[in-house]
Amino acid sequence: MKIAVLSDIHGNLEALRACLAHAAREGADLHVFLGDLVGYGADPVACLGLLADHAGRGALLVRGNHDEAALGGLCENMNDDAREAAYWTRSRLSTAERDFLAALPLTVRRDRLFFVHAGADAPEKWNYITSKVQAGRCMDASPTAVTFAGHVHHQSLYFSAGSVRVFQPVPGVPIPLSPRQRWLAIAGSVGQPRDGNNAAAYALYDEEERMLTYFRVPYDHMTAARKIIVAGLPARLAWRLQRGK
Amino acid sequence: MEALEHLKSGVEIGGYRVLEKLREGGMAVLYRVASPSGAETCLLKIPKLGFGSHPACYAGFDVEQMILGRITGPHVPRLFAKGESEFGPYLVIEHIVGTPLADYAGRAPLPVDEIARLGAALASAIHALHRQEVVHHDLKPSHVILRPDGRAALIDFGLAFHGHLPDLVEEESDRPAGTPAYLSPEQLAGVRGDPRSDVFALGVILYLLATGRLPFGEPASLSGQCRRLYIDSAPPRRIRSDLPPWLQEIILHCLEVRAEARYATAAQVAHDLTHPDQVMVTERGNRLSRPGLMTAGRRWLAALVEPPAVRKSPAAHLALAPHVLVAVDPTYGSEALLQTLRDAVARIIAGEAHWRVSCVSVLEPSALTEQEEGAEIMRSLHTQRLVELHHWAQALGLPQERLRFHVLEGGDAAAQLIEYARASHVDHIIMGARGSSGLRRFLGSVSSRLVAEAPCTVTVVRAVPVRDWPP
Repeated sequence: MKIAVLSDIHGNLEALRACLAHAAREGADLHVFLGDLVGYGADPVACLGLLADHAGRGALLVRGNHDEAALGGLCENMNDDAREAAYWTRSRLSTAERDFLAALPLTVRRDRLFFVHAGADAPEKWNYITSKVQAGRCMDASPTAVTFAGHVHHQSLYFSAGSVRVFQPVPGVPIPLSPRQRWLAIAGSVGQPRDGNNAAAYALYDEEERMLTYFRVPYDHMTAARKIIVAGLPARLAWRLQRGK
Repeated sequence: MEALEHLKSGVEIGGYRVLEKLREGGMAVLYRVASPSGAETCLLKIPKLGFGSHPACYAGFDVEQMILGRITGPHVPRLFAKGESEFGPYLVIEHIVGTPLADYAGRAPLPVDEIARLGAALASAIHALHRQEVVHHDLKPSHVILRPDGRAALIDFGLAFHGHLPDLVEEESDRPAGTPAYLSPEQLAGVRGDPRSDVFALGVILYLLATGRLPFGEPASLSGQCRRLYIDSAPPRRIRSDLPPWLQEIILHCLEVRAEARYATAAQVAHDLTHPDQVMVTERGNRLSRPGLMTAGRRWLAALVEPPAVRKSPAAHLALAPHVLVAVDPTYGSEALLQTLRDAVARIIAGEAHWRVSCVSVLEPSALTEQEEGAEIMRSLHTQRLVELHHWAQALGLPQERLRFHVLEGGDAAAQLIEYARASHVDHIIMGARGSSGLRRFLGSVSSRLVAEAPCTVTVVRAVPVRDWPP
């Protein structure tokens, strides 16, 4: 089974479509969406429609902090742009979409894999995994040896057989995941990459071969950015799609 | 369940039938096994672990499995199968038949031509590994096998590093991974993944083959091992006075403390060992005593202010050190073409820190050289051509020690150049296009054969006459 892990889509329809098409070419049999399906981007409704189709065909989904923000609350923890985008997204969603988001679990376990948007140690706290210490806590809390997370918008691979170490994956190079280590794969962001590379990011895991491959997929970011401007969302959200930062 | 140390012959693992136990090392047990078809014998490797072993002990095994799955060629064992059995994880790899380099090392000091031959084979194998993004990190005579055809194969990749894969090698807090006698200064400082660390280990092996001694001994303590950061080994010629200066030059060049000061690639070592007459011998090759305390002090001070090394992948290191072959025929073509060739060389090495340029010319036998005094005539033509090559290169204005000059002799110029490029690990060939006479079109040109058959990039330059411009 080849599992495509797509995180932090953020209502970016162009990026989502490009990644799904790429994953199809790579032979993905199953999709897992790691949360933050909406927020920032101008196409939350279209994205949720696409994702609901996939969910109907067996795809797994977890909830992210931006999905929660789209349902209500004051969003005190968010910066101005994120909060404005959350309020804007709320105004677009119908009851059906709100119900879809509200039904998402915080974590999903599938056999020997565990999926969560942020740290597995306290998924509801939305901790960012940006250090080995935080990665270690997440791996300790995960019930499986291989864990997938998103939330931070760049790709990395943490691993541990005692001490936690981090590896910067090279796009397109399959990495064998030894069964004698614990692994935490940060999938990167489909809809809003922030590592200086504006190509969408996702990961593909081959369960039988235990091979993990990170990918970068160029997509029509100009259109996605233009839609953000037209929608009246903060212009900064459009610029950062172009710069990938 | 049987203990994995005592698998009986006839037991099958993953379709491979155990024939006999070959040896039992500290980390793994090796068995000779028959392939499912029975046609081949291979090696079965099982990590040696008892109940309750720390998972980190498997790291070496996992690293070897991961890396053998990614590398190919005659210089490394092939990986036939891997998996999990009731005895734990296992690997089935090629059983490389040949003579371990350790057997040669046991007979050291060896004759000079034998050192050069073994060293060049080993350096070529190391370069082939580096080109595939892998640094071995545990090179020593017992990890090298000389195949009957003269090529060297490297074994035991338990400490190896792959530039595109996570580094699973767990280092103990106070001790770098590796064999103390062969550790490079940067490995002692905890840096992994620099291909020049393998060049250092190659230097230690060459030193051992040349003198019968290890340049830094076998210190057990870390402080003893760290002496090599400041204090050089005794010059090999002090131990063995008949050792030629060019060989000492090569050995000590490999053993430089700073990785930057060493050969940039193992390919350059192989090239020098096969063309000793081209090695420019400096004070390093002639010295009979090691640099004094002043040098040690300077190194100590320099280490304090040295900025941390920028991490690059092994292949990115090699990219900085291209070996460029420029095929020059000084007797043919206009000065414009010869200048266009020089310009192309300058453009291609621009920005690369550790390039090497080999200026090569092919001398084809003619009716003249097939006469009775042919050999004499050929010798004089050879010298004349060499002089012309040097003259051509003078106008390049490049440092002499980075240039090499070779006149090849033979009828088939294209085949000569292709073989030279292959044996010398050339990365880029530059040559001039000759005219387009009817005869040439009929016979085919040297450049078109090189473009089609050379094992590297080929650039063919053409001097466009002013009257034809714009073309």
